[in-house]
Amino acid sequence: MGSTNLTRIVAEAGKQELFVIREFDAPRELVFRVFSEKEYLEQWVGPKDLSIRYEKFEPREGGSYRFISGSCDGMEFGFHGVCHEHTTPERIIQTFEFEGLPERGHVVLETSRFEPLPGERTRVTIHSVFQSVADRDGMVKSGMEKGIVDSHEKLDVLLNKLTHTLVA
Amino acid sequence: MESRRDIFQAIADPSRREIVRLIAFQPMNLNAIAENFDMSRQAVSLHIKIMSECGLITIKQQGRERFCSIEPKKLAEIADWIEPYRRTWEGRFGRVDDILHKLKTKKNG
Repeated sequence: MGSTNLTRIVAEAGKQELFVIREFDAPRELVFRVFSEKEYLEQWVGPKDLSIRYEKFEPREGGSYRFISGSCDGMEFGFHGVCHEHTTPERIIQTFEFEGLPERGHVVLETSRFEPLPGERTRVTIHSVFQSVADRDGMVKSGMEKGIVDSHEKLDVLLNKLTHTLVA
Repeated sequence: MESRRDIFQAIADPSRREIVRLIAFQPMNLNAIAENFDMSRQAVSLHIKIMSECGLITIKQQGRERFCSIEPKKLAEIADWIEPYRRTWEGRFGRVDDILHKLKTKKNG
């Protein structure tokens, strides 16, 4: 199913934070469920064509989670974190750490906000705060999927993007 | 030892991003750029020097004037940098759309 809702990434240069913003054509309660129930998360959080599985999932204040993601070559990676706040249907605050990094201690603080919009729609804003600019930039670079990047576009298109990317 | 300069350092400063926007569509000389800022001409000049070292700006001498223009390919590096990450999220959210669609159909059906 194609969607006209665009995903916006706001990552101002030199900052330790980034925002992922997207609207959905569904009421907030429903969107919140898809973002906070294990059954649904397992269907969408992982990379394309690869599912994840939760070995621990406690969506409540003070709870924690850990999930495993497989890769095409049979390798497995773990991710874990602690839930700071789980307020249905408006806000989830948790930490996030990728276990595959060469050293421990690179933790991200993630706040997901769910805003109701007119017409039974919802805006989700995920705000991630990293411990350093390098951590953030590393995360963005690791998010590259197969490196299929369009060749250079026209300058005015780029500038539009640049403005969106750099000025929240 | 000289510190490594790259495109992300070139746009790490808000004034430098403002300079990018100013000269994106037409090259400008240093004085004309400096007129748009409260800071000194020397400060603007330093920003331009850094951006030139990062490869984002090209400076061309024309008579007594030095004209600064943007290197579009360098600028493209920034958009290219974010784009794959954005697509990863777009893929995830596309799956969320599918799940939401199923849930809505179930509820109404």
